[in-house]
Amino acid sequence: MAPGPVPMSVPVQAIRFESVSKSFDGRRVLDNVSFDVLQGTACCVMGRSGTGKSVTLKLLMGLLKPDSGRIYVNDTELAALDSRELVDIRKTMGFLFQYSALFDSLSVAENIAFPLRRHTRLTEGEIQASVRERLAEVGLENELEKMPLDLSGGMRKRVGLARALALKPSILLVDEPSSGLDPITTLEIDNLLMNLKEANQTTMVVVTHNVPSARRIGDKLVVLHEGHIVMQGKAEELDRSKNEVVRQFMESTEGRQTHGVL
Amino acid sequence: MTAAFRRLCSEAGLLSVFASRTVRAVLRRPFELREIVHQIVEIGWRSLPLVVMAGLATGVVLSMHTRATMERFGAEAMIPTALAIALLSETGPLITGLLVAGRVGAGIGAELGGMRVTEQIDALESLAVDSFHYLAVTRVVACMIAMPILTTVMNFSGLIGGYLAETVISGVSLRVYLGQAFQGIAFADYILPTVKTTVFGFIIGTVSSYLGYTATGGSEGVGRASTRSVVVSSMLLIVVNVVLVRIIQMWLRGQSL
Repeated sequence: MAPGPVPMSVPVQAIRFESVSKSFDGRRVLDNVSFDVLQGTACCVMGRSGTGKSVTLKLLMGLLKPDSGRIYVNDTELAALDSRELVDIRKTMGFLFQYSALFDSLSVAENIAFPLRRHTRLTEGEIQASVRERLAEVGLENELEKMPLDLSGGMRKRVGLARALALKPSILLVDEPSSGLDPITTLEIDNLLMNLKEANQTTMVVVTHNVPSARRIGDKLVVLHEGHIVMQGKAEELDRSKNEVVRQFMESTEGRQTHGVL
Repeated sequence: MTAAFRRLCSEAGLLSVFASRTVRAVLRRPFELREIVHQIVEIGWRSLPLVVMAGLATGVVLSMHTRATMERFGAEAMIPTALAIALLSETGPLITGLLVAGRVGAGIGAELGGMRVTEQIDALESLAVDSFHYLAVTRVVACMIAMPILTTVMNFSGLIGGYLAETVISGVSLRVYLGQAFQGIAFADYILPTVKTTVFGFIIGTVSSYLGYTATGGSEGVGRASTRSVVVSSMLLIVVNVVLVRIIQMWLRGQSL
């Protein structure tokens, strides 16, 4: 009997925003925002400062609650979860903060071991091995005992990434990976994220205003402006856009002069 | 004026909600025993040198004042007793409370405030850790456990300070001094004022955790949280002490509250 047609795998949504709005002190930061991210892909959310990019990530992690709309992570609506269930969802997610948010009082190794000690039953030896493995992934295997304040911005970012990856999350949220970093370090961080996506099929949401970075990392780009999504799609689609905000954004960060709307 | 009063009421309401949330959380898992022990060491053990020094100095000063008064009535023999009563019933608990409010309250306010503005509290949450339990509840419990212990150390140091001042003047032995000191003191005179300091610990821990945990506005906000932690917890502690002293007095006299 001849084999039947091979079923095509249906892309699964790992993250879905449905008409999400969020205000602070009467100012609407996100207004009716909807987008989704497929499993194993990277979505880069771009926009000017104060357009709600970081708020998007905090909503995704359940650190903030939306005023209206729904947020789904792996088909589970965050608002429907009690605190215990939210903790379980968070264990499947990693968050790299803009300024790394490393625990000042803990060494590099202790920062990465922290989630392992809290959420796994690994022995001390296994924890140390896992810490070394994570640090090797980000190229900092020799910085185990340093304190966060002794590290450069790029190194802090890498340690933050290693900590975010400690529990081997299926979803990684990254806030401004290139902020405050030189172009070479930015490229290194970008490469780390891309390798991670390729090797582990990690779903990523990366907030950035660095278009070259977004082009490298993102399978999909979302442009936020004044709380609205102006456009979403592949980088080439955004390049062809006639929308003034999108056009100026894509052009200005490629080295041309910023003017007008942005 | 109205806006300031409204803000004060709002802040008091939020602090009350935070305090009641803390009380409920103490009885809920996770108990974070390791972090509580760590905080007891940070709060209690590291406050010991300050408390011992303050106790010794207070004992010496109280003894000198008591002698000046007692000499007029020819009642020098009562000096150790008067000093012990003053220390155990009021001076020891209150001074310990104010010292801890200064050292620990400022520390908690600054530490949690710093963690808030540098997103370390968000990082804890993102690592699936209940930051309220891990940071606030553990510190409140540690303050409540450390306060009676520190108060006992303060009382003992005060008595030693009093003895040192007395022995220089009258040459009294430690055994005689302590015998006289505890002559007029019942166990309840020690236990009730000391137990009352757990309430001081609750106030210091809750106020400073609340102000640090909710800090905003960068390094300026951290400084504000630290300063306000000391001011608000000291003020509350002094006011609540009046009520607690009245309750203790009624208890000791067997009156109904």
